Amino acid sequence: MSLEKPSRDTALDVGVTEDGLDYDALADLLGGHILDREEHLNAEGFVIRPDEVQEVLSTLKEEAGFDHCACVTAQEYDDRYESIYHLRKYNDPTQELSIVVPSPKDNPHNESAARVYDTADWHEREAYDLVGIDYDDHPDLRRILLPETWQGHPLSQDYNQDQPQIVSLREHANPLEDDKRSEDDPDTMFVNIGPHHPATHGVLHVETVLDGEQIADLEPDIGYLHRCEEQMCQQGTYRHQIMPYPDRWDYISAGILNEWAYARAAEDLADIEVPEYAQVIRTMAAEMCRIASHELALATFALDVFGDFTAVFQYGIRDREIVQNLLEDLTGQRLMFNYLRLGGVAWDLPEPREEYFEKIRDFLDDLPHKLEEIHDLVTGNEIFQMRCVDTGVLSPEQVKQYGATGPVARGSGVDYDIRRDDPYGYYDELDWNVVTEQGGDNFSRVLVRLREVEESARIIEQCVDLLEQWPEDDREIQANVPRTLRPDPDKEIYRSVEGAKGELGIYIRSDGTDKPARFKIRSPCFSNLQTLPEMSQGEYIPDMIASLGSLDIVLGEVDR
Amino acid sequence: MSSDQTPPAARDVSTQEARMGDGADDRFNSTLREAFGSTPFILTKFDKFMNWVRGSSMFMLQFGIACCSIEMIHTYAIKHDLDRFGSGVPRASPRQADVIIVPGTIVSKFAPRMKRVYDQMPEPKFVVSMGSCTISGGPFQEGYNVIKGAEEVIPVDIHVPGCPPRPEALIYGVAKLQERIAEGESSPVTVKPYELEQFGDLEQDELVDKLASEIDEEDLVMRYNWNDSP
Ligand code: SF4
Repeated sequence: MSLEKPSRDTALDVGVTEDGLDYDALADLLGGHILDREEHLNAEGFVIRPDEVQEVLSTLKEEAGFDHCACVTAQEYDDRYESIYHLRKYNDPTQELSIVVPSPKDNPHNESAARVYDTADWHEREAYDLVGIDYDDHPDLRRILLPETWQGHPLSQDYNQDQPQIVSLREHANPLEDDKRSEDDPDTMFVNIGPHHPATHGVLHVETVLDGEQIADLEPDIGYLHRCEEQMCQQGTYRHQIMPYPDRWDYISAGILNEWAYARAAEDLADIEVPEYAQVIRTMAAEMCRIASHELALATFALDVFGDFTAVFQYGIRDREIVQNLLEDLTGQRLMFNYLRLGGVAWDLPEPREEYFEKIRDFLDDLPHKLEEIHDLVTGNEIFQMRCVDTGVLSPEQVKQYGATGPVARGSGVDYDIRRDDPYGYYDELDWNVVTEQGGDNFSRVLVRLREVEESARIIEQCVDLLEQWPEDDREIQANVPRTLRPDPDKEIYRSVEGAKGELGIYIRSDGTDKPARFKIRSPCFSNLQTLPEMSQGEYIPDMIASLGSLDIVLGEVDR
Repeated sequence: MSSDQTPPAARDVSTQEARMGDGADDRFNSTLREAFGSTPFILTKFDKFMNWVRGSSMFMLQFGIACCSIEMIHTYAIKHDLDRFGSGVPRASPRQADVIIVPGTIVSKFAPRMKRVYDQMPEPKFVVSMGSCTISGGPFQEGYNVIKGAEEVIPVDIHVPGCPPRPEALIYGVAKLQERIAEGESSPVTVKPYELEQFGDLEQDELVDKLASEIDEEDLVMRYNWNDSP
């Protein structure tokens, strides 16, 4: 069947059994490094010493096959700080393990994992920035989201939000005044791209060192849209106050996909069963969002490569408008849907149902023709091919090192899709394919998105069939959920869904109140953006712009 | 119809035609010119004329920040097409633009840059603030890093509320702005914005002392006194 995984390398299968991971075998592998074992809802957590992080993680990576460091969560308890490394495997994300590293309250520090997983570099910088843990042996421990001159660490317990702050403008070196990076290297030129620049898709700042027209060095500088999303979610109650925020992480119409990430984590945390009917509606709506999001990715990519508001851009927007209309009919909103509820959805399909189904079918019927048009205009275009084929190449090894997911990983031949590998919703009942391309270049990533639109359309079609035949007396859209949710104290969970850009994960720790004690967002774009320097080293500057476009980042999700 | 009966050659030259003369090349003839008819002159105050011109041809800065910019893109693109209202040309450089739509949440790291961009626009310039975030900080009002509205940084002419406002709402806001420009109205500045100033000019206090080793005297900085925010 199409949803089956290729067989995996058995040498790295420590503790893998028919019914899940055998954590005892893994514990044996680590032996004396383990201080304690914790139960998290998604996986076991091994508590280890703060100065043995590198050793433990490399053992797990080399010998047990944990090649995906999905996320690093840092938090402060009353008596200690804690970093959690959420590990999984690219060929089976249900095999999970959390490595818990406590560090002392008065001088929080532990060994960095950046030498084992490249992706930990940025994750640990974020943890340092927001929570205030020092990572020893980190290659470059600076603030990443907040300005360098910021005082205090906002997610630590004693942070005072009212203290004044001073932010300087100095990162903007003037390229005319002093265009050399150093005296002994007079040929290189330093160029600031962004944060206000049409090709950066929002407010990204890329510090670039050019050697002639080629890129000698590049560093993305983020944080220009850091809207304190995690703080907002920690201040909201589970039941209603959190759901509007996910819409605003990846705001390219991927709202329902994001809402689902929160819904999935919170429902598993509070043990809520969602009625099947609601799951089908969710699946359908989520795939509509994916289409809308990929359409915009294509439109803006064309904007980057062709340089202006040309036909391709308008075609992309035209198709998006149709999907947005469908979503508006369903949810009442064009962009910020706020449609999912814990345990279901806000309301049933719009009446008259037949009319709505017909609208969807019309859209699906027209889609192949429209995609063909776009293929003619874009992927078949010689100039486009010259710009995109073999530029910005990313190897599968780099993908895994940086924890890239979504179309970026699949464009490099890494067959990883949470919808299939860790199924939720109604996906495992439907017939569809995971799209991969082997090229790893800008062209492959665009192709993956375009082909995923087709697959999403297939999913929507099957959902419509199901919904049409659903017996009228069984249309339950919402499970019974108490008005105020108070999950038991000290439950921890990390759950992810396949967002438009990749693995969108949420970590929640409950403390017995109606608000999460820690709410951590693992955003796919944050990890994906980290690959940009790898992709553009030695490339021409216009190719870097194309690579940035093909990564399809949303700053709202990168910065959160 | 009458034209069928009268051959063109024999037609009398009307007063209007006589007064207009051969005039400009046919290519330049417009319905407007025809409407002026026999008196192809207008008499108006120079300021009034300029305001009308300004309002009728506005160059927008291509400026995206957050979620609202997605709806802004839709406003520019097909279906809504802001171009039709004489205000759709997006310019990538602030030096060529006279309207800036601020579409999204402004955070501490971005505010100084936004001020810079605004300062680079030539006068007269206008600001449309789009979305609740630019009015008060919107859903992120309580965030530790969020500026409580665009007016804390630059003066604003029109606020378009919504989260995000629909494209129709943005068009209405822009049309209102055009109307006001044409009428020569301006909006009073009611909030004292955060300024970009040299670090050396800041009043000395604990925080300034602490940062003295990190920031040069001449560096431009923005100081946020969150307590004074609305
Ligand atoms: S007003 Fe709403 S939609 Fe607009 S930027 Fe703010 S949060 Fe996003």
